[in-house]
Amino acid sequence: MNGAEVVGVSFAFLQNVDFWINVGVLATTYGVFSLGIQLNVGTTGIFNFGQAGFMAVGSYAMGVLVVKSGVSFWLALVAGIGVAVAAGLLVGLPSLRLRADYFAISTLAFSEIVRYVADNWDGLTGGNLGLFGYADAWSEASARIDGWLEHLGIAPHFLLPLLLVNLALFLGLAAFVALLVRSPWGRVLKAIREDEDAARALGKNTFVYKLQSLSIAAGLAAIAGYMLAINISILSPANFDPVLTAYGYVIVILGGLGSYLGVVFGSFFLIFMLEATRYLELPLSDARVAALRFMIVGAVLMALVVFRPQGIFGKREELTLRARG
Amino acid sequence: MSQGAPLAVAGPASDGPVDYVRRHPGLVLIALLLGTGLALGVAEGWRELGQVTINGVVAGNYFALGAVGLTLIFAVLRLVNFAQGEFLTFGAYMLIVGNAVGLPLVVSVAFGVAATAVLGVVLEVSLWRPVRRKRVGELQLLLLALGLAFFMRNAIAFVAGPQDRASGANTTASVQVGEFRIGRTELIVTLVGLSVIVLVAVALKYSSLGRQARALADSIQLSETTGIDTDRVVLITWAASAGLAGLAGILYALPAGVVNPNLGFSLILSIFAAVVVGGIGNAYGALAGGLLIGLVQEWSTLVIDPAMKVAVGFAVLILVLLIRPQGLFGRGRSVDR
Repeated sequence: MNGAEVVGVSFAFLQNVDFWINVGVLATTYGVFSLGIQLNVGTTGIFNFGQAGFMAVGSYAMGVLVVKSGVSFWLALVAGIGVAVAAGLLVGLPSLRLRADYFAISTLAFSEIVRYVADNWDGLTGGNLGLFGYADAWSEASARIDGWLEHLGIAPHFLLPLLLVNLALFLGLAAFVALLVRSPWGRVLKAIREDEDAARALGKNTFVYKLQSLSIAAGLAAIAGYMLAINISILSPANFDPVLTAYGYVIVILGGLGSYLGVVFGSFFLIFMLEATRYLELPLSDARVAALRFMIVGAVLMALVVFRPQGIFGKREELTLRARG
Repeated sequence: MSQGAPLAVAGPASDGPVDYVRRHPGLVLIALLLGTGLALGVAEGWRELGQVTINGVVAGNYFALGAVGLTLIFAVLRLVNFAQGEFLTFGAYMLIVGNAVGLPLVVSVAFGVAATAVLGVVLEVSLWRPVRRKRVGELQLLLLALGLAFFMRNAIAFVAGPQDRASGANTTASVQVGEFRIGRTELIVTLVGLSVIVLVAVALKYSSLGRQARALADSIQLSETTGIDTDRVVLITWAASAGLAGLAGILYALPAGVVNPNLGFSLILSIFAAVVVGGIGNAYGALAGGLLIGLVQEWSTLVIDPAMKVAVGFAVLILVLLIRPQGLFGRGRSVDR
């Protein structure tokens, strides 16, 4: 390679359908994942740093049920959400009584432990060789969707059915959570974020509300986990690095704390940027390029937090980043 | 304690056995440890227990050194430094840099510690101090620390590459102590670690700087009004915190023989467990917590799959949060009400 073309940039990838489908699939996955973080952090004011752990719990529960116990894929999807919600309750019960920073540590520790156990409990999870063979039922469903699309005159395309299902789920869930937050129940969550003592003085059992918020986030993480599991068709512990949670925070803060439209925007924006940078041709090894991308995510998170904590759609008055009294 | 102590006239602390236990967690802990040790010794054999106890102390001293830095920064600045693990990694790599330019091993160690301390100071001046001046909120601080951790870990991986690198110590020579075999490097490292732990404890208690740091931990505003140069104390606390973390990383890397960019990340969980067990913000607690977590993790390998020992540290963390959220030695408010 000569010095003149050290960094090559070609924008041809923008005309590639596969690129956009891939961006869509990943953005919807991270989007659903981040809806949970938004509900916890933006709406309730509890600092869940363990969302990647709930994602792992949900998708591994689904995978193990299908592969090891022979449960039907569709039933396992429901059960996996149940397991993730149970994990949310289990983590929340001891740790939600704690101060905010302790809670952040506990949830981060939880997510690391899940990854650790998935890595070492080979008999159940396949360890770092991975768990696979759970998505056969999905392949059939995917072929059926391809059939429907052909009736509409759309040629089948790899991952297109997943993209459509993901999109419907993501937008549906985003709307659902946004409505939920406008309900009386959601107003209590906001009250907790603003002033927990005041909410308690009004007779609200704030602990139960926080627990519900965390459990719903865990359920959303499980759904995001399914999207990931189907997309990559093999579950391995490396897929659930806590850096995922950092992605989620970048999305939430980019879109604005408390804004669910912001999550939709933030997830597509972040994933587009991340995937587009894959097409930069750098004279570096793959491992170095991966490290560089994570470095950038870390730096972007820091820069956002310092310079634009309200994000793009966030309202200043909804800002929960201010110092607590 | 007898129930009818005549002197217990007033005050909330009635002297029931439960209250006695509450106020003397250290005694309870020692009793628990002795009991567990006894049970393990009887069940699994004293020789095996002795060997894992040695391993536990070896692990405990780098947990303790990592934990005391984390807890000091928390005490003084209310900052949960998720990037503490990366200070460990940085220190270990600076050791390798020292080795690579041909410094003797001991000098390389000192260089690694000093370089990490300087990094801590540089980050305080360039990042944390300006951010504090902006009066950022709690979530912002947590997210900054998290972002910094990912940035540093991957910056190290980017520069040094993901592969294992030799840390340059002799890992094969071993010493026979009675019935037990312990690696020579392991022994030296443990002795160094334990002496530094004692030094830190003494410095915190008796040196003027230690007293000032503890004053800042109580209230930064009040410390300022009493004429303490708080900026200076904060800088020195960062230098100490990062330097100790760098030392912890080096002490881990030497007997392990190799270093990779995930070194600190793989230890941070146990370090957090040590901090919480000891009571976050409590330096002596962190030192004791580190040794405790090291011991418990290594003891657990007698009864369960050794690969799961980190999970045992987490179990201890959860248990402490459930029973005594302020930590074994903490007095601070850890419960949000």
